Order: sequence, then structure tokens, then C-alpha cells
Amino acid sequence: MSDFFSAVVPWIVAVVTLLGVLACGVFLWVQASKKLKVSLDENTNSTGHVWDEDLKELNNPMPRWWMGLFYITVVFSLGYLIYYPGLAAFEGSSQWTSTGQYKAERAKIEATAAPLYARFSALSMEEVARHPDALSMGQRLFLNNCAQCHGSDAQGSKGFPNLTDSDWLHGGDPETIRVSIVEGRKGQMPSMQAAVGGTQEARAVAQYVLSLSGRSNNSVLAQLGRETYKNVCAACHGADGKGNTALGAPNLSDRTWLYGGTEKAIVETIRNGRNGNMPAHGTLLTAEQIRVLASYVWQLSNVPEKTSALAQ
Amino acid sequence: MATPSQEWILMFQADQKVVPKSVWGRFARSRWVMVWFTQLLYYGTAWLQYNGRQALLFDLDTRRFFLGPLVFYPQDFIYLTGLLIIAALSLFLFTAVAGRVWCGYACPQTVYTEIFMWFERKIEGDRNERLRRAAGPWTAERSSRTLAKNAVWIAFAAFTGFTFVGYFTPIRELTHELITFSIQPWELFWIGFYSLATFGNAGFMREQVCKYMCPYARFQSAMFDKDTLLVTYDEQRGEPRGSRSRKAELIPNKLGACVDCNLCVQVCPTGIDIRKGLQYECIGCAACVDVCDQVMDKMGYARGLVRYSTQNSVQQGWSASQMLRRAFRPRVLVYTAVVWILIAAMAMAIVARDDLRVDVVRDRTVNYRLVENGQIENVYRLNLMNASEYTLQVQTSLLGDNTDVKVVDGQALVLNPTESRWVVVHVQADPDSVHAGSNPITFRIESARLDQGRPLSETVEHIDEPAVFLAPR
Repeated sequence: MSDFFSAVVPWIVAVVTLLGVLACGVFLWVQASKKLKVSLDENTNSTGHVWDEDLKELNNPMPRWWMGLFYITVVFSLGYLIYYPGLAAFEGSSQWTSTGQYKAERAKIEATAAPLYARFSALSMEEVARHPDALSMGQRLFLNNCAQCHGSDAQGSKGFPNLTDSDWLHGGDPETIRVSIVEGRKGQMPSMQAAVGGTQEARAVAQYVLSLSGRSNNSVLAQLGRETYKNVCAACHGADGKGNTALGAPNLSDRTWLYGGTEKAIVETIRNGRNGNMPAHGTLLTAEQIRVLASYVWQLSNVPEKTSALAQ
Repeated sequence: MATPSQEWILMFQADQKVVPKSVWGRFARSRWVMVWFTQLLYYGTAWLQYNGRQALLFDLDTRRFFLGPLVFYPQDFIYLTGLLIIAALSLFLFTAVAGRVWCGYACPQTVYTEIFMWFERKIEGDRNERLRRAAGPWTAERSSRTLAKNAVWIAFAAFTGFTFVGYFTPIRELTHELITFSIQPWELFWIGFYSLATFGNAGFMREQVCKYMCPYARFQSAMFDKDTLLVTYDEQRGEPRGSRSRKAELIPNKLGACVDCNLCVQVCPTGIDIRKGLQYECIGCAACVDVCDQVMDKMGYARGLVRYSTQNSVQQGWSASQMLRRAFRPRVLVYTAVVWILIAAMAMAIVARDDLRVDVVRDRTVNYRLVENGQIENVYRLNLMNASEYTLQVQTSLLGDNTDVKVVDGQALVLNPTESRWVVVHVQADPDSVHAGSNPITFRIESARLDQGRPLSETVEHIDEPAVFLAPR
């Protein structure tokens, strides 16, 4: 069936279309030489169509240039079908595609924007982050591409990291941020239910994790969870729970929690794992745009007057 | 009733070319006044400057439309709608009063045709001379005249097209581009397009445009009534028509005032015979009125055999004053009132336009968050657009007397002329002062024009925008 559609239907479309155009041309040609018998008297020279009691349509000929216009439309449509892919069986001499047009338009816009970004290529990313023009461009890029998840003020929400603090899963230097944007990140924690044991053991580990950041915890349970933590969790999160930016393993000894820091939320994380996904933007934005964007994100947590940069 | 004679004709025929004779008189003078007025407006306005920019400029690239001291944006489309409604109602009004007076005196098609016919007359001579030449062979003289005429037409049309594009690209820059051969392909295309349209329409298509293309020609007749002024032939006075010597007396029912000189047909730009009554081709230009009055003067008869008159006036033999009194009939008064009300409303709306446009968009990622000091926080984006050509200082706060809900970063910021910018603001609330779910709040955005860095107190305006504040349940 799909073979039928991909092989035969384009030809049916092409034949029907061309026959339609041809029929229009033939019809015009026949009509152009057709003669009508008309009355010479204006009062009786009517087509017989009457509206509103006395409004008659008369049998007056059309102007000839009008006919010329019709011929032009026929010629135009043939030209159009040769140039554009109007006939499904033939892709058109222009090789036009909507994707091609999109790419051409995008390339044109990027070419006009290039000189704007060229000013920053000689600067280091830290210098770009202090450039007011770069900041306003960065903010616009951020609002259009990042704010959907990270929030307009970049402070994130549950499951979406806050970019304005100093806590980074993969490292917070400008270059690492740039790589995060270009390549995306997978924040995967596998389900640890089997490794940890049952629900009780998971609770015990959660209590120990609470103790790592110095929060109130059930010390009995935390003592129980300590051993399990060392065997199961420390490989990624470190013995002291400081995390590991090389793996993207979060720091468990601070007060920043991506998925919530209550015992309930931590148990849920241990049981089900987590699957964070920062999509790669390398193909969506140009390298120059990403460099400006990364500088903007970096300065949110590193340049003292960050709030003014946000407000401006 | 005898069957009329019949003949076979083609369904499509080349139209008889209309070669109108030139005419001068009261109404022709009015038309030329309109020609000068509209053309000075059209060619002159483009060169006027205001505030260091072109006074009338439609900048499609940045989507800003400069009209003298005003700047319009796509958001102001409603004003264009208002303008078009006013234009349409004005057309209804003029048509109800005096028929196709727009067509006869002010329509670009008429005006440009008038100009092109003037060139034609200067180079090729008037109707009779042109007809004589057209009937003869292509002599060197005829070709050179035709060539000269077309050259002048093309030059004038090109200037027209150039001026048209000059309303979209600043005309001074366009002139510079032309001189230095650095003109953009699209600009060149549109100049060519409008030049060709002017050349074709005013030089060759002429009455064909009015007869076959123009939509207004079709529906204007629907706005006529029995008191609409039309160009009419006074059949009672004129018939029976016939040529006569200068000394002949008018005899009722034997010899009417019409001398059958056919001049009214020769001057008609659409080539009709007004003596057959009103026809849809008539554009109400009154060329036949002017020429007939001259003939009547020569014969020593009273003017007005062909004149502006109304159906009622002709049928009921009204005097001119009786006829003109009917110009103040309810329909006309209502049209007039509506037009003026709309003009006043438009003027008031434009005067009351805000310098600042605001759009509040709540962040959809974060419903609310709890911040360190125990407050609930919501994030909003404000789109601030400075629609004026002044620098504005803007400050954001919340309306209402609940001081426990406030904008925490609404400090003053500066918007450059015609700048549009996104600003992120946070609203924080005391958990006890808001109820769970959504709380309606209103942003108040105050703006003032800056003069040497100091806000001018008399230019303070404010805009209130509603939004919601979400609190945890």
C-alpha cells in the first residue's frame, strides 16, 4: 500500500494537474474563436438573465486583453510547475524545499548577526560577561531558549537546576557551561532499590544523607544507613557526599536539592532513580551565540552586580 | 414588435480605443486643481523632514511607521482600521451627495490619466490630429512623436515609482543609492513595478481600469439615490436634436436645444454618449458639461443642457435651489455625523496614546517558590516597549494597599527611544497575606520622559496591567 502511495500517487497528481492546466488552455482557445448571435438593439440584446424585475445581463463581449490575461495564467502555471515542485513526480528545476528555504533564511539572518558577535570573539568569556551589549544579547537568548525550563530569572525549579547559585553539577566555569549548552547533559541516577535493599534500608540511607548536610535526622537510622551509603552511594557521590562534577553526581552535603531534600523525596530518588536531561543546543544555536549565552549564564553567579544585570 | 436585426460577434473583442478631445471649463479647472493638489502632496511629502528623520516613512524592516510627530507600530493596527473606515465612509458620503465625484476628480487613475493626456496633447496634438495620424502611415514624424511621448511618459512614471518606494526607504538615501548605483534589488524591482503600473494604467489602460477592474466603480452605484447629483442630459430641452444654422429658433417638439455636434461624446474619457442617460461607465468627470456649455454659449442658448442634476429634479422639474436643499437629507446627515464622530474619536485616541506599552507574562515554569526569608515568590516577565521618540524612565510596583505583596526588583530603568525590552521582575508575598491558589494582582508601571537625565514630572503616565500571583495550597 505504501509502495502504491509513494510510487503511483505522485504520477496521478502530476497527470491530473497537467491535464487541468491543458484543459484550461484548450477551453480558452475554443472560446476565443467562438461566435455568438447577438441582437443589435440594446434593449433586446440580453442573455435572458434577469434580476430584480428589470436588471438584465446584456450580451456584450469581454475585452480581448482580459483573454490575454487568462492565457498568461496558463503560461505562468506551467512555468511555476517547472520551477517549483508542484507536480509531485517532479521536484522542480529550482530544487526548492521548505527546509532549504528555512536554512537559507537562517543563514542570511546569521550572516547579518555575525558582525554583532564578531566583536566578542577576541575577548575571553569572562570579559564578554562584563560587556553590556553581550549581556543584553545574552539575556534575550536566554529568555528565548533557556527560560522555558530554567525560569526567566534562571533560578530554575524542581528538576531544573538553578543557574544563579554557586552549586554546579558539572562545573561552573564558563567553558564547562558552554560545553553543557552545546552537548547537553544527562543527569542519570539509576534506581538503587535492589542495591540498597528494602524500603527501610532506603529510609536509613536517606536519614544518613540528611546528616551529611547537617540537618536534623534520626541518628539511629542514620547510623544504619551509613554502611549502606559507603557501599552503594559513595562510588559516585563520594564518601563525604561532596559529589563529583566529572560524573555529574550532585553534592549531597549542601542545601541545594534539585528534586527536593525531604526524606520522602530522597527515598523516592533512591528507589526510582532520576533521569535529568539537558538537551544539546549545538545544532539549534550558532557557536557564537552559545559563547555569549554561556558568558551570560556564568556572570549570573560570578559577577557581583548580577541582580542589576537581570533587571536591565 | 419587429425582431431586431442580429449579427454574429466574437465573445472577446478588442475594445475601440477611446481618443478623448481636450476640454476646458469650470469642472476641468476643478479637476486640474485636484491634480496639482494631490501631486504636490504626493511628490512633496516624501521630502519633508521631522525631528531628523523623514516625516512620512513606512519602515517595514523595523516595523515602525512614522507619521509626522507620531510613530506607529504593528500593535497600532487599529488606527489603520479606523483610517480605512473613515475613508470608506467619506466615499459613501461623497457618493451619496454627488455620485462618482471621487472618480471624476480625485482618483489616482483619473489624475494620472489627466497628466498623461496633457503630455500626449502637447506632443501629438489633440484628438483630431491624433486620429488623422493614426489613420495614416508611420511617417518619420509620427514615429518620432510617438517615441517622444512614450519617453516622457516613462520618465514621469519612473519618477512616480521612485517616489512611491521613497515612502518605504528614506527617499534621500534612495536618491543617493540611485546616483551611486548601489540600489538594492528589491527596491529596484518595486520602483520598476510601480513605474510600469503607472505607465500602463495611465497611458494605455485608462477607461478599461474603470470599466473592468475597479471594484469601487461597481458598488458606488449602489449608494446612489434619487437625490444624488449626476451628470444628466436634459432630454426635455434637448430633443428632438438636430443640426441647424445659428439663426434657427427653438421650436417645441420640432427642434430641441441639442445641436447634435457630438462633442460630448468626443470629450468623454470612457467614450459613452451621455444623451442615452446614465450609464455605468460614466465616471462623473463633467467633461461633457463643460463642452456642452461652450456650445450653448456659442448658440446663444441657456447653459445646462448637460448638467449636474438629480433624478428627482429631472423628473419633477425642480429648480436648482429645491434640488440642492435635498442635499441635507437624513442619509447624508447621518453619514456626515458618523464621519465626524469617527474623526474625533480617532484624534482623541491618537492623542491619548501611551508612550509606553506593557505586556505582563507570568513565568510558566515556576508556579511559586519559597525563598530564604520565608516569603513566597513568583516570577514575571514584563515586555516594555517605548513607543515614543523620547527616552523614558520606568518604574514597576504593585497596585493595592496590601504592603505584604511587593515587587522586589522594580527599580527605575531607562528605555531608549522606540526600544522594546524584556524585564524580569520578582513579586514576593508574606504567606499569611495571600490565600492558597491564585491571587489577582495589578502591576502599575509608571513612566516619565527623561530630560538631561531628570524625569519630567508633567509627563508621568502610568499603565495598570492585571496578573495573578500563585501561592501554595
